[in-house]
Amino acid sequence: MKNFIFKTLFAFSAFALTLTACKKEDEGLSGTQSVIIEMDNRAGDDELVFGKNYKTANGDTVNFSLFNYYVSNFVLVKSDGSEYTVPKDECYFLVKHEDAASREIELKGIPAGDYKAVRFIIGVDSLKSIAPAGERTGVLDPTGAGAGMYWSWNAGYIFVKVEGTSPQAPINAGAGERIFQYHTGLFGGKDSPTLNNLKTVNLSTGSELIEVRSNHEASTVHTYVNILEMFTSPTNINVATNPLSHAGAFSKTVANNYADMFTLDHVHNHN
Amino acid sequence: MRYNSYFRTIALLLGIALAFLACKKEAKEDLSDISIFLPSNFPAPYYNLSANPITPEGFALGRKLFYDPILSRDSSIACADCHISYSAFSHPDHGVSHGIEGLLGRRNAPAVQNLIWQKAYFWDGGVPEMDFIAINPIENPVEMDESPANVVKKLKRHPEYPALFRAAFPGRDTIDGPQMLMAFSQFMGALVSANSRYDHYVRKEAGGTLTAEELAGLETFKVKCSACHSTDLFTDNSYRNNGLLSTFTNDLGRFEISTIQEDIGKFKVPSLRNVELTSPYMHHGKIKTLEAAVEHYNSGVKDSPTLDPLLKQNGQLGIPLSTSEKQNLVAFLKTLTDQTFIRDTRFQKPE
Repeated sequence: MKNFIFKTLFAFSAFALTLTACKKEDEGLSGTQSVIIEMDNRAGDDELVFGKNYKTANGDTVNFSLFNYYVSNFVLVKSDGSEYTVPKDECYFLVKHEDAASREIELKGIPAGDYKAVRFIIGVDSLKSIAPAGERTGVLDPTGAGAGMYWSWNAGYIFVKVEGTSPQAPINAGAGERIFQYHTGLFGGKDSPTLNNLKTVNLSTGSELIEVRSNHEASTVHTYVNILEMFTSPTNINVATNPLSHAGAFSKTVANNYADMFTLDHVHNHN
Repeated sequence: MRYNSYFRTIALLLGIALAFLACKKEAKEDLSDISIFLPSNFPAPYYNLSANPITPEGFALGRKLFYDPILSRDSSIACADCHISYSAFSHPDHGVSHGIEGLLGRRNAPAVQNLIWQKAYFWDGGVPEMDFIAINPIENPVEMDESPANVVKKLKRHPEYPALFRAAFPGRDTIDGPQMLMAFSQFMGALVSANSRYDHYVRKEAGGTLTAEELAGLETFKVKCSACHSTDLFTDNSYRNNGLLSTFTNDLGRFEISTIQEDIGKFKVPSLRNVELTSPYMHHGKIKTLEAAVEHYNSGVKDSPTLDPLLKQNGQLGIPLSTSEKQNLVAFLKTLTDQTFIRDTRFQKPE
């Protein structure tokens, strides 16, 4: 009798084990799935809304009308430390605040697994910045989807483009208004050096992992992008004295500031 | 009988006219042998020709665009208005050129030649890739003042361009900017000047005879000029302050690209090919003759913190040149004129 119970238990255990094994196959740990990086543009603790007033760390009142940026060269770091690099021809994205669809970045074909970090570049890497015209398609085409995000005279992409008005800014002679413009680019030059304002962002997921499963919907990495960070840390920007920044030396300050504007808020898995 | 004679005469005249037309068309449009000339006395080109191989159709499209004012906002200015074939695609008699609505530019329009051997373009080297040259003048508010995206729209609506783009880039469904830029590069990249008398001399070809004066000029050139105007491209592709001004305020040169203080007042060393034809000279276009350009180095060099050290040796400004050295140098520089290049009808305005 005791033997029977034992045998039955054993059989059940074996059965259960088989099920688990089967389940493992179906858990979606083989194959690929997309990962969505949701760029949630914010101004401090608030949602970023164009036409609304916000305060910078310096105490300036700023009102935004444009916020565009390139992010590229995504790498996903697995929980074991190994890395998956998104292929070059699918790794360039242009986020435009006024275009909601552009704020959802879909990284396609990510191998199933658990990931603990996302790494990317703010801007367009130097190799792509000097690539032949035939390799500058989609958002990298300055005559097409990338229009307005390219400097023709100091050839290269504008990595981050921020525009707006501020009562603290002086009246701009050309615009006739109190405007600010921070257009930041420069990849370091080809044969002769220029500034290099490329910044790498590392977003760690903390305790929650990005669980990529081929049999579940794509996970979403909810990322906050705080535009006010561009005005502070490490250097407070005074809109009155520096209302404009393009390809000059001050762009280094702007880029150092915005390097930390991306933070990971949470991961949303569909398991 | 009379009727028949009339008929015959008319038929004959028609035949002759047709033959003329056919000949004319063939002479103008035969680009089948178009290729990029890689002279044996030049180094390897920087431009990646394999990423954009030249074809007769791509070259023809690039040429049409180069001569077409459609690129400018009000269809008034073409590339060729300031880059004229008979002066090696520079702008003769114009210190600076006038663009849209007669607005003046800031720098002298450079010759367009041997681009595939250049490391960067424009006087400050702001564009390091040949494919992206055209966007600069298109967007410049005093040149064409147009957005390249709008140029692409205008080309799509045009009665002729869509078919020309399809012929040049088969298999693409629509005109786009990268195709336009590649066509430009196919045309501009083919503008190779390497058949001057000097070239024939160094390649030991027929017609390569230099006079005693020219040979003496070449010797002086090797000693006193070739540190910057090096190789048979006559430039080392560097940026230098050649002492035109003692202070730089309106135009800071390479500094405007690099933001490096040491680059203030530095400009790209230009090639001297076809220099006889590319007057006026220097980035500001203020030196009008070849003699005056040579004299600048002898007696006109002005000191400033970024002046090139080669122009201030042992505390002395400039490069001392005797009267005969100056004459010989000018004589030598004229051997760099390439009549084959400036007369090549394939590079001129299409029908």
